[in-house]
Amino acid sequence: MKNRLVQILNKYSLYLVLVLLVLFFSIATEGFFTVPNAMSMLTSWSIKGLIALGVGMVIISRGIDLSSGSVVALASVVAASFAQNPEVSKFGMPPVFVAVVLASLVGVVIGACNGAFVAYTKIPPFIATLGAMTVARGLALMYTKGFPVSQLREDFMILGRAMVGPVPLLAIYFLVAAGAVWVILNHTAFGKNIYAIGGNENAARVSGVSVELNLVAVYTIAAFLAAFGGMLMAARTAAGNATYGNMYELDAIAAVTVGGISHSGGLGTVSGMVAGIMILAVVENGLILLGVSPYLQQVVKGCIIVGAVIYDMSKHKRR
Amino acid sequence: MSDYTLEVENLSKAFPGVQALDGVSLRVRPGHVHAVMGENGAGKSTLMKCLLGLYRPDSGRILFKGEELRIPHPSVALAKGIAMIHQELNPVAERPVMENIWLGRFPRRRFGPLSFVDAEAMHVRTRAIFEDLELNLDPRERAGNLTVAKMQMMEIAKAVSYNSELLIMDEPTSSLTETEIAQLFKIIRRLRSQGVAIIYISHKMEEIFRICDEVTVLRDGKFVGERDVASLTIEELIRMMVGRELTSLFPKQDVPLGDVRLRVEGLSSPGAFENVTFDLRRGEILGFAGLVGAGRTELMETLFGLRPISSGRVLIDGGEIRIRSPRDAKRAGLAFLTEDRRSTGIIGVGSVTDNTIIANLLSYVKKPLRLLDFARIRTDTREYNERLRTRTPSYETRIQNLSGGNQQKVLVARWLLTRPDILILDEPTRGIDVGAKAEIHAIISELAAEGNSILLVSSELPEILGMSDRIVVMHEGRQTAILERKDASQELVMKYATAV
Repeated sequence: MKNRLVQILNKYSLYLVLVLLVLFFSIATEGFFTVPNAMSMLTSWSIKGLIALGVGMVIISRGIDLSSGSVVALASVVAASFAQNPEVSKFGMPPVFVAVVLASLVGVVIGACNGAFVAYTKIPPFIATLGAMTVARGLALMYTKGFPVSQLREDFMILGRAMVGPVPLLAIYFLVAAGAVWVILNHTAFGKNIYAIGGNENAARVSGVSVELNLVAVYTIAAFLAAFGGMLMAARTAAGNATYGNMYELDAIAAVTVGGISHSGGLGTVSGMVAGIMILAVVENGLILLGVSPYLQQVVKGCIIVGAVIYDMSKHKRR
Repeated sequence: MSDYTLEVENLSKAFPGVQALDGVSLRVRPGHVHAVMGENGAGKSTLMKCLLGLYRPDSGRILFKGEELRIPHPSVALAKGIAMIHQELNPVAERPVMENIWLGRFPRRRFGPLSFVDAEAMHVRTRAIFEDLELNLDPRERAGNLTVAKMQMMEIAKAVSYNSELLIMDEPTSSLTETEIAQLFKIIRRLRSQGVAIIYISHKMEEIFRICDEVTVLRDGKFVGERDVASLTIEELIRMMVGRELTSLFPKQDVPLGDVRLRVEGLSSPGAFENVTFDLRRGEILGFAGLVGAGRTELMETLFGLRPISSGRVLIDGGEIRIRSPRDAKRAGLAFLTEDRRSTGIIGVGSVTDNTIIANLLSYVKKPLRLLDFARIRTDTREYNERLRTRTPSYETRIQNLSGGNQQKVLVARWLLTRPDILILDEPTRGIDVGAKAEIHAIISELAAEGNSILLVSSELPEILGMSDRIVVMHEGRQTAILERKDASQELVMKYATAV
């Protein structure tokens, strides 16, 4: 009986922590448990959430993606430059979808390169995506010469600013993406292949899984999500900027790690990723409302990440 | 002082859903080699892990040299004089042999407040141990360069360096050649004469009778009995292990052979094997015998598209095919059960279900959305694993929590699901207990009777001789003979395998 309770608590500990955090901040602060605050949390974490979903998939395949923050920056400036007001634009007034498609294409190209390097040259994913991270940031700076790309058109900005009733459109993109990733991971052959590759790449290969193609696909999806996030960020902030997305990749890695995605590959769920993202969002937002200094916030975040993994690993120990 | 080095009394240990040990006893005398036997899942590994302090027993006592054994941390076991030679060795490959032996307690030389590793002292001490054991090893050799046999000897030397009084050996001969086994046994006898107590875990009957003094048998986590090996027959021992009579270990049924399914002509792969030619008929089991390094596994890997072909042809049903990847091989109707279950077989953290379906995923993709058909996945997983009598708490259990024999059955299920015509089985019963072994032999025979063609690689001669219709013998990458079942004998196969 007691054992069973412990088992259940272990299984749902992540969600329990989330609920407890929400309860704590609701009681400890005045503004936390309100609709506007919830919406502001959603707005500020939706883009990171999109990135985290992609990074989570990459980590399940036993890889890592450090390039997402820089992809956000590059995609934001590319999207913005095709969505400027006609009087300042270099490209006249193309339809909105051009900006969206080109920004996404940035992600697809960088992601495919990441995947190809990892799959075919066998260099460690850390190195491949570290390179991509630096290159993408550099390209963004070259493209803009370091200046923000501002004065964007209304019809573009609405993509990042519209509300559906009380819910920001940004949050809906995130939910749709989370649903899609859930379907991919749980209900498609591709998803099962990703888990298998992360669990034992050699066994997957012998079983006839095309390890290389699947890796290219997973890195491509991850960078696509980051690029889409970068495009949304330009729309929301009315500018593209080569400095956007700084350290987002680390926030994304932290969130899915807290969410129980194992860095040894082959393990992790979408609900875990979403819970991890929400935990970091709630903590960040709650600490701000508590008036905790931003410096201390960083310290707390760091401790949560390490603590979460220590706890997660202790669950799986058999003695 | 107790008569026994080790006394285990009434030990029990449960894991969620499994009673792994249930009142087990084991007594080992100094200077004796004590076999611990039992089918996979009988509790041998759990018992050893309790001795090493990796698991904490729920109840029961462990006495070591008459005193209750307390091991708060696994490293303490070694310091107390209990050492284990694991089946899968894991040396620090990049470092020399001697550093592997003295890891964690390097000899030091002091210079005032500083202390440095004394490599010379380490070398001298290592040499002394090697000479004492008559080991032909260089202390400065990089550990990763050693053969498995030499790595084991390094581990034994390490145990000796700790003055171990209890040495546990888990399947020490599973990847050794006959000469290496003889050498290992020489060392075991020497340790025995020095009063070391040795626990010897193996599935190979013949070894138990060659080297062991007593045997303790476990079944389903329970103690079955302890016997002197001298007064025991193989049949009695098997009966103790499985709790039933095994009529035949190698029940190959005679079936009429059909047309040639697979023809391999002059196949070569660079650095692995040369000029291999054979036919495989419908319903035939073609055995591949040879020593380690004969190139049998490499040949199978090549047929399955995992290695390049430098010359030669592969024909299926008379038509030449090109196999460049496992996908091509699967499409051609081949299936490949690899020899190394852990590194190329199971996906450890995956469930039994995931492991069963991974090679057959595409057949579950349902139109129009290309999603997986879980109803069929569940039915197939259940059907195939029930047919193979896989024992698992549930189909959602991680496969790494099953015993080796059950893992192997899941892998067989995986390949049967692809409905292959030609099955390549590389060491299908390695590290598997007699009960599961007989079941797997029965399955192989059944598959052949159903018209499948089978390439069987095994290092166990009785298995090859018992199961095969014909036997291809290889020696160092060359095919030295193809023997008919009626002509083949252990001696003849060994003659061609050693090319004398």
